[in-house]
Order: sequence, then structure tokens, then C-alpha cells
Amino acid sequence: MIVDSYRFLPRSFRPMYEGRGPLPGEDAPVWAQFEKRLAASRIALLTSAGIYVKASQASFDVEREQREPEWGDPSWRSIPSNVQAADLEVAHLHISHDDIRSDPEVALPMRTLDELVSEHMVGSATAEHLSVMGYQDRSLEDWRQKTAPQLVDWLRGQQADGIILAPA
Amino acid sequence: MMPAVAEERRAPRIVGIEFPYGHAFGMPGDKDMHRQVLALALRVLAGASAFGTRIDFDIEWPVPLRDAYKAWQPAEPSPIVRKLLSTLARERSTPS
Repeated sequence: MIVDSYRFLPRSFRPMYEGRGPLPGEDAPVWAQFEKRLAASRIALLTSAGIYVKASQASFDVEREQREPEWGDPSWRSIPSNVQAADLEVAHLHISHDDIRSDPEVALPMRTLDELVSEHMVGSATAEHLSVMGYQDRSLEDWRQKTAPQLVDWLRGQQADGIILAPA
Repeated sequence: MMPAVAEERRAPRIVGIEFPYGHAFGMPGDKDMHRQVLALALRVLAGASAFGTRIDFDIEWPVPLRDAYKAWQPAEPSPIVRKLLSTLARERSTPS
């Protein structure tokens, strides 16, 4: 079967996404073969659901987005893999938060990854995972200049061999 | 979630899922579904042999479309949607 990419999108929004092609300057393939065995690899997760730790981290800046509807917070949070679901909150103005609050695994499956590690399908998981807020400035300038390089440095620091990017 | 868009934007490896926004790994509480999606994503990460590999996950969202379509949306429209709706309303009310 072929997934219908627009099944849950309001019909009037479809032209904003369909047939837009690559971003300027991003036509060329970017590719790196995954060299190691999965069972010997360290894996990180990234969600764009705007999850953060209530007690110790600032919310993504939804107040500025309310004032500037075309802006989205380009910052990121690292989420400890042993955090309790009740300690997490969601800041994302484009999706309902209900199901992510009740079970964060729907967006950031840290427990599920730990299970796959315990079964030796995956070598190990990073001690923390990543969260960003998926609604971004259309030019992605902050992402190109700051966020993406910071995330790459962070992943290298965690000695991650691969990352699963999960859009919200 | 929108694998056709990921392909257009040149993502190197893609797992397509036909799930509502905010639910990349499935229904709340459905550990088996979370596991199936994550395991597939890991296999595509480690096993894809060429740029542009796309594997679609053959599971239908177990909620009627009308209900699922409403459930993923926030209680209040996002600021950009509010702005677009307001622009549309103005255009419609302006005599041509």
C-alpha cells in the first residue's frame, strides 16, 4: 500500500505542501550508508512535538508565535530517557496535546527504544533524546545557522550512531 | 506522516505512516504499534542501501476518519491558521 500523505490535512492546506519540491540549494542527495550493525549502534530519537520537562526547562516560545504567526521557536531541548510521563509538557500550537500528554511514547518512544535495547535489536540508546517544535520560520535560517549545528554537536557528544526523526 | 513531502524535500530515508498529526508512533497506550513503527524505522535507518529509500507502514488508523481528523487538531486554531482564515474572510467580504 502507498500511504496517503494528505489524509489528515485540511483540504485547503494541501497546495501549501504538495509539489513544492526541494528547498533552494537542497536538490542534491545527502546520503551516508549506515556502517555498523544495529545491535552494536547507539540510537537517539528526535520529536518535533515541542515536548519539554516542566520542572527544569522553559516552554517553547508560543507567546511570540501568537504575536508573530509566521515565526516558530527554533530552540531545542534534551529529554532524559528516564523522565516520567507526568513530568513532560507540550508546547506546540498546531496539534492537540491530549494524546501526547497521556502517553508521550506516541511522539517520543523512549521506553520502546529501551525495550529494543534490552532485546539486543539495538546496541544502546542515548541517555537523553531531543525535542524541537516543528512549526518553523519558512526560511529555516535559524535552523541552518544555529539549531542544526548544535544538534549535530550534541549527537556527537552522545556518541550517537544514528537518529530517528519523528515529525509531529 | 507526509512521506510525499519528505521525498520532495529530499529526505534520505523515509518511513511513511498514515496516522494523524502528533501520533508518529501510533495510538496512546498501544505499545505494540509503537514498537512496530520504531522497529521499522530502525530497520530502514540501518538497512537502506540507497538515497530516497521509502517504506510505507501498512496499518490503518483504527479510528473513523472524521473523528481522527477532528481529534488531532488543537482546540484553538494556530496563529497562522487564524491569520489565513481572517485574510480569506476579508477577501470574501470585499466586493469585486
